[in-house]
Amino acid sequence: MSDAFRDRIDIALTVNGEPVEARVPAGRHLVDFLRLDLGLTGSHAGCEHGVCGACTVKVDGEAVRGCLMLAAQADGAEVWTLEGLTQSGVIRDLQDAFVARNALQCGYCTPGMLTSIEELLNRGGVPERAEIREHLSGNYCRCTGYEAIVDAVESVARARAEKGAA
Amino acid sequence: MKALAGGYAQARDLRHALDLLGQADGMGRVLAGGQSLIAAMNMRLTSGDLLVDISRIAELRGVALDGGWLRIGALTRHAEIGRDALIARHAPLLTRAVGHIAHSAIRNRGTIGGSLAHADPAAEFPACVLALEAVLHLDGPDGRRDVAAEDFFLGVFETAIEEGEILTGISVPVAQDGERHVLREAARRSGDYALAGLCLLRRTAGHRLAAFGVGPCPILARGAMEKLDHGDIDGAVAALSGEIDPPGDTQASAAYRRHLAGVLLRRALSDLEGEQS
Repeated sequence: MSDAFRDRIDIALTVNGEPVEARVPAGRHLVDFLRLDLGLTGSHAGCEHGVCGACTVKVDGEAVRGCLMLAAQADGAEVWTLEGLTQSGVIRDLQDAFVARNALQCGYCTPGMLTSIEELLNRGGVPERAEIREHLSGNYCRCTGYEAIVDAVESVARARAEKGAA
Repeated sequence: MKALAGGYAQARDLRHALDLLGQADGMGRVLAGGQSLIAAMNMRLTSGDLLVDISRIAELRGVALDGGWLRIGALTRHAEIGRDALIARHAPLLTRAVGHIAHSAIRNRGTIGGSLAHADPAAEFPACVLALEAVLHLDGPDGRRDVAAEDFFLGVFETAIEEGEILTGISVPVAQDGERHVLREAARRSGDYALAGLCLLRRTAGHRLAAFGVGPCPILARGAMEKLDHGDIDGAVAALSGEIDPPGDTQASAAYRRHLAGVLLRRALSDLEGEQS
C-alpha cells in the first residue's frame, strides 16, 4: 500500500463547541467516533446505512447522517450532537413540546428526530404539516405513529413565529 | 456492520486526487459525499478500499453559466442543486429531481457527481442527464475527456469511467424558450428509490423521455419520444412498455413496474399541459 493512504487518521475538530483531537481508524464513521471514542451516546446508531435517521447530527451547520460520514472526513468540522443542542438550550421549547405531546415513547429515534427538526425550524415560518412530514421522512419512529411528533413541531413553529412577530 | 477501509487519504486538489488514485494500484475508490459508498462499506458490500476523499476540492463544486451551457461541478451537493437559481432557470428538471432524492440530511452531503458515478439504476440524476443530453467530464492521468450521457451508463452500477479517472463535472445545455421539464416517479415511501420514474422534456425540436428504475441503467425511450412528437399518447405508452426492461423484486414485480411506467407517462404529459396553461 502506498504511504499516502493511512489506516489511522489524525483529526482535529470541535464537538459541541469544545476542541477535540483524535486518531481514528479509516473506516470509522462519525457516529461511532462520537459514541465510542467521545462517550457522546446521545446520537444513536440504528441501521447504519442511512435509512433510519437515528444518527442524525449537525456538521458545519447542516443536519447529516452520522453513519454516512467518516470520522476522518470531519477533520476541521464543527459538530453538534444532541448533548450540545440540549445544553445550549436552542431546542428547549421543542424538547418540552415532545414531552407535553407524548412525541416519544422508547426514545431511540428522538435525538435524530430533534436534530432534523432543528434544521427545519431554523428556516423560520410555520411549515405545513405535509412539509413537516416530508422533512421527517428520513427519520423513522416505530412507536408514535408520527402524529404527535408533527403536532409538536407545528406547535413550536407557531409559538416561535408568534414570539418573533410580537 | 462496520466498514473496513484499506486506507484513507484526503486530496488537496484534482491533481493530487489523480495521483492518489494512480498510487492505489487498482484498490482506489473515490469518496465524494459518501451517501452511497459509506452505506455500502458499512454493509461490507465493499471492503479494503483505498479511499481518495475528494470532498474538500473546492474547484469541483458550484454552478456557472457558460454561454449555452450550465457547468455543474461534480461535488455540487443535492441540496445546493435544489436551491440554485441558475439551475432552476436553465435546467429545472434537476431542481425537480432533488425533492425526490432520499431525505434532507442525505441531500445535504450527497453530490451530483457521486450519484452519476455510482449509477444506481433507480436514481434520478442519471436519467435527468440522459434526458437533458448532458456531457460528463472525466479527468484522468492523461487529461480530460468528455462523454455524452448516452454513452456513459453501461449497466447496473457500471459507467464509462475508466480506472484512474474521476468524474469532475457535468455540462447541461440550457433550456430553450418554451422548453418544459417534468419528472414523475412512484416510490413506496417518500425518499425511497423509485419503483419507476420518468423524465420528460418538451422542446421545439421534439420530446425527450428518459426512464429510471425500469432497467439496468436509465433508458432513453426513443420509440415513445417519436410517438409523442406525433401526438400519439397511447402509442407512446405502448412503445415505452416495449423499450423498458424492469426488474421484479420484493418491492414490485416487473409487470407492475411496466404498468407504472405507462401511468407515469400519462401523468407527466398531464403535468406538461398544466404547466403551459
